[in-house]
Amino acid sequence: MPDEYNQKNTPLEAQSSETMSGSSGSTTDIDYVRPAEVPEQDLYHGHSFITKWVFCQDAKVIGIQYFLTAVFTGIVGLILSWLMRLQLGFPELVPFITAEHYYQFVTMHGMIMIVYFLTALFLGGFGNYLVPLMVGARDMVFPYVNMVSFWMFFIAVCVLMASFFVPGGPTGAGWTLYPPQAILPGSPGSGIGIILMLVSLSLFVIGFTMGGLNYLITILQARTRGMTLMRMPLTIWGIFTATALAMLAFPALLVSCIMMTLDKVLETSFFMPAIIQAGEVLDYGGGSPVLFQHLFWFFGHPEVYIVALPAFGIVSDLISVHARKNIFGYRMMVWAIVGIGALSFFVWAHHMYVSGMNPWFGFFFATTTLIIAVPTALKVYNWIITLFKANIRMNTVMLFCLGFIVTFVNGGITGIFLGNVAVDIPLSDTYFVIAHFHMVMGIAPLMVIMGAVYHWFPLVTGRMLNERLGKWHFWFTFLGAYSIYFPMHYLGFIGVPRRYFEMYDSPYVTSATGLNEFITVAALIVGISQFIFIYNIITSLKMGKPAGKNPWKANSLEWLTHEVPPTHGNWGENLPVVHRWPYDFNVPGAKEDYITQTTAPSEVLGAEVEKT
Amino acid sequence: MSDHTLDKLPGGYKGMAADMSSDQTAFKGVQWGKTMMWIFLLSDTFIFSCFLISYMKGRASTVVDWPNTSEVFSLHVGDVPVPLLLIAIMTFVLITSSGTMALAVKYGYERNRKMCAWLILATAIGGLTFVGMQAFEWSKLIHEGVRPWENPFGAKQFGSFFFMITGFHGTHVSIGVIFLFIFARKTFRGDFDTGKRGFFTTMKSDYVAIEILGLYWHFVDLVWVFIFAFFYLW
Repeated sequence: MPDEYNQKNTPLEAQSSETMSGSSGSTTDIDYVRPAEVPEQDLYHGHSFITKWVFCQDAKVIGIQYFLTAVFTGIVGLILSWLMRLQLGFPELVPFITAEHYYQFVTMHGMIMIVYFLTALFLGGFGNYLVPLMVGARDMVFPYVNMVSFWMFFIAVCVLMASFFVPGGPTGAGWTLYPPQAILPGSPGSGIGIILMLVSLSLFVIGFTMGGLNYLITILQARTRGMTLMRMPLTIWGIFTATALAMLAFPALLVSCIMMTLDKVLETSFFMPAIIQAGEVLDYGGGSPVLFQHLFWFFGHPEVYIVALPAFGIVSDLISVHARKNIFGYRMMVWAIVGIGALSFFVWAHHMYVSGMNPWFGFFFATTTLIIAVPTALKVYNWIITLFKANIRMNTVMLFCLGFIVTFVNGGITGIFLGNVAVDIPLSDTYFVIAHFHMVMGIAPLMVIMGAVYHWFPLVTGRMLNERLGKWHFWFTFLGAYSIYFPMHYLGFIGVPRRYFEMYDSPYVTSATGLNEFITVAALIVGISQFIFIYNIITSLKMGKPAGKNPWKANSLEWLTHEVPPTHGNWGENLPVVHRWPYDFNVPGAKEDYITQTTAPSEVLGAEVEKT
Repeated sequence: MSDHTLDKLPGGYKGMAADMSSDQTAFKGVQWGKTMMWIFLLSDTFIFSCFLISYMKGRASTVVDWPNTSEVFSLHVGDVPVPLLLIAIMTFVLITSSGTMALAVKYGYERNRKMCAWLILATAIGGLTFVGMQAFEWSKLIHEGVRPWENPFGAKQFGSFFFMITGFHGTHVSIGVIFLFIFARKTFRGDFDTGKRGFFTTMKSDYVAIEILGLYWHFVDLVWVFIFAFFYLW
């Protein structure tokens, strides 16, 4: 903690693009950047293996720890999805997949992928690694708290995984965990399984709060000299807004977890109405199951954007770097991210159109839901205009970015269908919904994650990933994912309900059997093709082409560290000084096609740079 | 913050816009720890809001009548039942402890180590008294048959919400009390004057930490005011 805060009589006049030239013109030096306000950060230096690699306080190592743990849970989620697809495509082929197990797989797949994989990967993994580097800080502001944050997450994952091995198995209530069924004996895993799930989620929220405070304060209060908010890469804006959403949305999840745990353990009746089970009147009574739905979705909808906003931010940076062009409408992009974040708190009940709430309520939420499409569409247009007439490098990273735009637009358009009450009611609880959210918050963010790994792998390890394998990986993933989810829209239209273990002899069977088998085969292939990616990462660690400094010729600070890959403390003697935004590509009059953020104005006098 | 350079900052909305568009920090002259506590408290506000809104929803939609709070929470003085007597004392003690905390922060910044430490200790004792009285109230209600799962006076959600929300708040107070005792010891020992490094975090101690703890303590008191209003006065 900087204890001698600003005792050096440094003038604190704000400086930004507006005040830099003109109003505060006390200086004529065009390279002038205000002196440091915050004293040098007091860092903990680990010396042993344990303090350097296990209980490590360096955000970069914590980021990698988060990344690996999240990928591990992601692989578990992937295997669960295979088992589900096997049952759906070829019913009764695998004898151990009973109806109970099927529901457990569905539940754990959903919860793992959304919370323990995507959220942890984007904010814990990319957030920890990139935030201090991109804003020019030596580390997160509270390295110790950051370390505890990871270990809380780790314990949460252990508790979650433990639920596979307890009597009764993990909960099978669906990832939304709706009471009353989640905690009544009719659902699989309604004993210890559901309790472990609720405890694990609570631990995750506590751990995430510690990490989230770090990301927010680092971005708000620990930027380097010259780094204004409007000079930050969009990655940071995405992570920042997503973290702010998480800080306000996770409380609702924590509260609903606590209340449901009490309903289960102490037999309170927060969410439990009067229930007769097998002819016997239970002790429950007077509670409101819809209250849980409201609490859950007050968390659940911002959660969608907690996953999506970092993806939006990261993909903007990747597109800009690999199209060698500044991102179109930077400020519009920033405000769109912030606007989407704010609006995401007013749309939660569009997940509850069929819960029996007042129709006028549905009308309100349909309106807000459609309003959110406006800033989202702005972002899509801006990505496309950035690509327009750009000097595109058709490498793996760019392919994944293009894949993201396509899948995101596809999933977004189906979202407009589902956002309208009248259209949603027949489509509710069908495969159309599955197709929609897997496209928009499954495949689209995954495309970004993969693109981001290909982009930043050289930074983290100092070696490039294999391009040829990367392209194979992309085409398998992209075409395969389309083969999985595109037909699901059709299944939804003909009314195939989701979360059905088997269709038996219902009329759906005849028309949907072939399609279901096709989807299952595609899912198996896409899953296996991810091992190309893992193989690529493992082999490239040792045998990849050495990357050298700044292999992509990017402008942002993470590529400009003293040593590559960056070491503890990130920067050498002095912190970097920032003079511009990170998008000065192909500037007319400049010698090279990129001008890094640390390049002083006097070094590029002839260039027509954007004023940022 | 008595730092005179902060006086030069422009005020009002213009000042806010200037701070936000500046480099390095968005909140000028505010320490990292203090910013963190504010944002944490915002998050915690959402937790308590969710609890209280759930409580209002539960109370509004219950089919059995809610118990009469002025009877349930009354204390017998002699033979006369005095409604809300214990709660009034509890609230008074907690609000008073907020006052001592504010004074502790003031003396801390004045580098008056002794005074500061005694006031932190007084705050801790106030908090402990509050938790003690809450334990008394809980045992009284439990003795009368109120449980999280049942309630002889009416709707069973009364017991559930009461124990859950006051329990969650009581946990907050207890954590605060533990930290207050630790901080009282640190202040008596002079850690904040010597800048002794923390046992866990290895970061230097500073008097601003007392203000940060104070923010937490005032927040816990403020939440109590809302719980008091919604639970006992409604």
